[in-house]
Amino acid sequence: MLEPKHVEGIHNTHKVFLYTLTTCGWCRKTKALLQELGVAYDYVDVDDQEGANKELAKQEVLKWNPACSFPTIILDDKDCVIGFSEISIRKLASE
Amino acid sequence: MSRISDERVAEVWGRLVLEARDAGYSINPDDGFARDLVRGLLENEVRYGYRACPCRLASGEQERDLDLVCPCDYRDADLDEYGTCYCALYVSSEISRGEKAATSIPDRRPVGGPPASAEEMERVHVAGLTFPVWRCKVCGYLCARPQPPLVCPVCKAGKERFERFM
Repeated sequence: MLEPKHVEGIHNTHKVFLYTLTTCGWCRKTKALLQELGVAYDYVDVDDQEGANKELAKQEVLKWNPACSFPTIILDDKDCVIGFSEISIRKLASE
Repeated sequence: MSRISDERVAEVWGRLVLEARDAGYSINPDDGFARDLVRGLLENEVRYGYRACPCRLASGEQERDLDLVCPCDYRDADLDEYGTCYCALYVSSEISRGEKAATSIPDRRPVGGPPASAEEMERVHVAGLTFPVWRCKVCGYLCARPQPPLVCPVCKAGKERFERFM
C-alpha cells in the first residue's frame, strides 16, 4: 500500500498527484514551483519505496504514462502531465 | 536528509565540469540545479553501486542499467536534438552560455532498457585486422587494441560501456 505524502497549499481546486524521484532535478523543480505558488499536492517518491511498494508505484505510473518517466503528474484523477511543465503548473494556481 | 555531504558534491561537480570542458561538453550553467543532479548521482551510487541517471528509475541491476549510467548512452543524441541530456546535467554550448534555457525533454530510452537483441550491434567484418576495434557506446570513440580501455579517453565512460565494432 502506497503512502503518499501531502503538502498543504491555498489552491485546492484540483487534485494534484505526483509520482517523482528524489534524485531528479525536474521533479524537484515541479515540487518547488507548486509550493511557491501554494498549490496543494500529494506525492510518492517512487525511488524511495521499499520492496513490493516500488513495483506497485511503478505499475501505477505505467497506467498513466507508458514511458514510466518522472515527474508524472495526475490532475483530478483524469489528466496526466509528463515532465516539468511550468505552464501547466502555473495554470493550477490561476484557477 | 541527504547522505552525501556538500563537500563531496562540490568536489565531484567540480571534476565533472572540468572533464566536460576538456571533452567538448558543457555542464548545466545553473550551478544549484547541476549540483543537485550530482548529489542524485552520488545518492544512486550509494543506493545501487553505480551512478544511474538521477531522472530515471534504475532497476538496481547494473547489467540492465548500463545504458543509463551517467553519461548515459542517450546523452549525445539528446544534446543534438534538444540541446540538453535527459536530466539536463549536460547541455549544449548555447544553453551553457545562457542564450537558451534547458527544458524537460521526453525520454528516448526504451521502457525497461534496450532490448537484449539490440545489445549486440551488427559487426562490420573486415579481413586482416591486427586488432579488434572497440566502440564507446556513450560517445562513439573508436580504438583498435586487444581490449577496450579501462576508461574512455573522450567521455570517461567505463570499459563496460564499450562494444566490439569490427
